Amino acid sequence: MDRQALIRRLEEITGPQGVISERNQLRTYECDGLANFRVIPSVVVLPETAGQAQAAVRACHEAGVPFVARGSGTGLSGGALPVSDGVLIVLARMRRILEVDLDNQRAVVEPGVLNLQVTKQVAPDGFYYAPDPSSQQVCSIGGNVAENSGGAHCLKYGFTTNHVTGLEVVLPDGELVHLGGGKAPDPPGYDLLGTFVGSEGTLGIATTVTLRLLRKPEAVRTLLAAFEGTDQAGDAVSRIIGAGIVPAAIEMMDALAMEAAEAAVHVHYPEGAGAVLVVELDGPEAEVAHQFDEVERLCQEAGSTTIQIAESEDQRALFWKGRKSAFAAVGRISPDYYVQDGVIPRTALPEVLRRITELADERGLRVANVFHAGDGNLHPLVLYDGEVEGQEQRAEELSAEILYTCLDHGGSITGEHGVGFDKKQYLPKQFSAEDLDTMQLVRCAFDPDGRANPGKVFPTPRLCGERPGPRRVHPVEQAGLAEVF
Amino acid sequence: MGVQDLERGGLVEEAEGSYPVDGVAARFVARPRSVSEASQVLAAAAADGLAVAFAGGGSKLGLGNPPERVDLEVQTSGLGQVLEHAAGDLVVRAQAGVPLADLQAALAPAGQWLALDPPEPRATVGGVVAANASGPRRLRYGTVRDLIIGITVVLADGTVAHAGGKVVKNVAGYDLAKLFCGSLGTLGMVAEAIFRLHPLPAATAVVTVQVESPTEAGRAVQRLRRSVLEPSAAELVVGELGWPGRLTVVFEGIQPGVEAQAAAAVELLGQMGQAAVAGPGQTEAALNQLGALPFEKAEFALKATFPPAELAGVLGDLVGGRLHFGGPVSAHAATGVLWMASGLREGDLPADSPAFPTVVRAITEARERLAARGGSLVVVKASPELKRAVDVWGPATDAIGLMRRVKERFDPDRRMSPGRFVGGI
Repeated sequence: MDRQALIRRLEEITGPQGVISERNQLRTYECDGLANFRVIPSVVVLPETAGQAQAAVRACHEAGVPFVARGSGTGLSGGALPVSDGVLIVLARMRRILEVDLDNQRAVVEPGVLNLQVTKQVAPDGFYYAPDPSSQQVCSIGGNVAENSGGAHCLKYGFTTNHVTGLEVVLPDGELVHLGGGKAPDPPGYDLLGTFVGSEGTLGIATTVTLRLLRKPEAVRTLLAAFEGTDQAGDAVSRIIGAGIVPAAIEMMDALAMEAAEAAVHVHYPEGAGAVLVVELDGPEAEVAHQFDEVERLCQEAGSTTIQIAESEDQRALFWKGRKSAFAAVGRISPDYYVQDGVIPRTALPEVLRRITELADERGLRVANVFHAGDGNLHPLVLYDGEVEGQEQRAEELSAEILYTCLDHGGSITGEHGVGFDKKQYLPKQFSAEDLDTMQLVRCAFDPDGRANPGKVFPTPRLCGERPGPRRVHPVEQAGLAEVF
Repeated sequence: MGVQDLERGGLVEEAEGSYPVDGVAARFVARPRSVSEASQVLAAAAADGLAVAFAGGGSKLGLGNPPERVDLEVQTSGLGQVLEHAAGDLVVRAQAGVPLADLQAALAPAGQWLALDPPEPRATVGGVVAANASGPRRLRYGTVRDLIIGITVVLADGTVAHAGGKVVKNVAGYDLAKLFCGSLGTLGMVAEAIFRLHPLPAATAVVTVQVESPTEAGRAVQRLRRSVLEPSAAELVVGELGWPGRLTVVFEGIQPGVEAQAAAAVELLGQMGQAAVAGPGQTEAALNQLGALPFEKAEFALKATFPPAELAGVLGDLVGGRLHFGGPVSAHAATGVLWMASGLREGDLPADSPAFPTVVRAITEARERLAARGGSLVVVKASPELKRAVDVWGPATDAIGLMRRVKERFDPDRRMSPGRFVGGI
C-alpha cells in the first residue's frame, strides 16, 4: 500500500480531522521530551476510541508499515521518536476516565488521560494514584505504562507496574487482548501484564488501563534538611534506612541543582548548603509522628546544618516544586544539558558521586545532581554549551562514563526514563547476548514482524525467524554488500 | 551430550525420590549444584528430547493440570545458597533451592525479611516464584511480582539468561522476572532470584471480630478498606460448621503506631460485632494460625479470586449456601482471595462414585458465579481424575493465544512441564 492509500485508509477510520500528513504539521511530532533526536513521521493518526486505535494498528499491519505510539510526548529517552517510513499513533485524544470504582479501589482510564488527572478525579473522596513522575501534570497514563514510570514516591509505593492491574492491548497485528485481572487478583496464566508494562511501546499499544487507587494516608510530614555536602546527606539516608524506616520519599539535590531550582522557584534553600534532602513520611498519624522525630534526629546526627519542617501544605508543595522543577530549572544556569537516569545500589552513593565529580573535572564540565536517594536512582545533569566547539561531544562522553560507573557498581542504565532510542547502545553493557536474545523471544511472541516501535530498546534485534546461536557472517556481508555497525 | 553422559558424571540418576506429579513419575532425577550444572542438565534433556518438570520443596506440585509426561525431574535442592545480602540496600540474591524459612532466618539478624508469607512450610525461593505463592501479608506488601527485582533462568535448551538486577529501580530491558512469576515451570527453570526486602516490624497488634453472615463480613472488610488504617493482613476464617466466621486484622509497625491503629480498628469494627484487641498470648496464637490453608486432608480445594468489594456476594454464593463444598474456608478478605476445602477427605471421591459428577457440576457452577462477579476459580488440589473433568484453571481468556505464542518461543518442543498450565500449555 502506498502512502496516499494508507492516509485514505486512516482517514476512513478516524475521519480527516484525525490524520495529519502535511509536512509542516508533522514537524510538531518530530521528537518527544528528548529533543536531541528528531525524525518526521510519514503520517500521524489521532484515534479517539480504542476501536479506532485498533483499526489504525490493523491498517499498519496490513500495509506492512511500522508504527510508534505516543502519549503526551514527555518521555526522556526518545521512546516516542517517530520512524520516517512509519505511522505515529498519538493517543492524546483518548482522554476519558471510563470508570471510578472506589469500592474496589480502581479507575479504568484511556491511555491519553494525564497522570495527575486521575488523582484530581478521586481526591475529593480521599483517594489518589501513587506513581508521580515529575512530569505528572502533563504526562499520560499510556506513556507511564509504556515506560513503567516511577517518581519520587516509588521508594515506598513502587512503580507503575505495581499500580496497573489490567490492560486492554492492541497487539501489532491488530488483535485486541486483555491482560491482568483488572479488579480481581491473581488471574490464571502468564503475567503478560507485568511483561507489557515498561516494554516501551515495542509489544503493542494499551488502549484501556485499570489503575489501583490508594487511600490517602492519614498523615504526611515533610522536612528539608541541609548538609555540608552530599557525603553527609548520603550518610543521613543510610541512617534512616538502617533504622528500619521506609519513608515515602527521600530526594537529594546538590549545590548546583539547588542553585538552578532556587533561580526558578525560590525555595530559599539554606545559604552555603552543599546538599539538601527532602524526606517525606506518610501513613498512620501515630507512626508518622514518632518516626518523623526519629528522622529529624538522624539527620542531625549525620551533621545536618539546618532542618526545615513543612508547616503547611503550601510549604510542603514548595519543597516538592523545587525538586520537581530541577530538570527544567537547569536550563537557567546552562544553555544545554543531558539528563541521565542511572541507578546504583544506594550504599555506593558517596563513591559514585566522587567518581562523577572526577569524570566531570577531567572534561572541564559541570554536573548537577538530583536524585531519588532512597532507591539509588541518580539524575546527573551534564551541563554544556552546544555553541562551544567540542563541548557537546565531551558531555556525551561524560554521560556514557557515568552510566558505565553505575554498571561497574552493579547498577542499571535506567531507573525510570526507559532505554528508548537514547540508551539502546548501552543495553549490551548491562545484559549479555543470551539475556537480550531471551528478551527477544518475548518480542517475537508479541510482534513477530518487528513493527511496533522498531529501533528502540534493543540495539540489533535478531529477526524472529532466526534461531539464537553463534553469530554467523551473513552472505550479503561476506560479499561485501553490507557492513555491520 | 545427552542425559546418559550426565548419568555417568553423576549429575542425573534413575528416579528414586522424585515427586510424582499427579501420578506421573519421572524416569530420571537431577539435582544440579550450580547454575551451570542446571544448564548442562537442560541442554542434555534437550538433546534427548526429554520432558522436564521442576521441584523445590515439592509443596506446589499438586498445582496445575496433570502433566502430559515427565521424563526428568530437576530438583533445586542443590541450589541452596543465599548468594548476597546487601542489608544497606535492602536487597537479597538467593538460589532457587533455598527454603524460604532459611532465607528469612538469614535475613532476620539484620532486622529484615522478604515480605512473602506463603503458608507452605517447605516453600523454596524458586517454588515461590514459579508458583506465585503468597500469604496474608500480600495485602500490604503485594505478591512475588511486586518484590522480585532480578532473575536468572535456565531455558529449555540450556541457555542461561538474566533480567532485572540488584537495584530496586530498574527499567532496562524486558521484565522477564514477572513473566516467570507463576509460570509453573512451563517456560524454563528459575535458578536464582533477587528481591527487595523490608524491615521486620518492631511491633504487632491483632484485632479479632466475629462476623455472623456474609453480609456482615463484607461490610466489616469494606469498612476497613475505606478507612485510613493500614493493616498488613485481614484474614477471614469460616469453619466447617459454617457461620459465624472470624475476621483477624493484623497491624505491624512500631508500638505506638500499631496500638493506635488497633484501637481505631476496634472502634470501627466494634459497631458491628464483638471486636477486641488480642492479648499477648492470643496474638501469638493468632499469628501462628494466620493464613493456614484449610485443606491438608481434603479431597479437593479451590481458590477463588474476585474484586474485593464482591466479598459478601461471593461468600453468599459459596459459603454456607447451596454451593458450599463442606470444608473450612479461609480468605485474604481485603484482597479478594478465598480458599475453600471440600468436606470430603482424601480418597473419598473416586471417579466412579455418584458424588463425582455432582462435584464437577458444583465447581462449574461456582466458576460461573465467580466469572459473573469478575473473578475466577482455580482448583488447587484434586485427584487427577477430577482435574481432567474440570480443567483446574477454568476457561481461558482472550489472551490465551498470546500466552501460547510466548510458550512456543520459550519452549518450541513443548518439553517444559507440558500440559500443566492454562489452556493446555
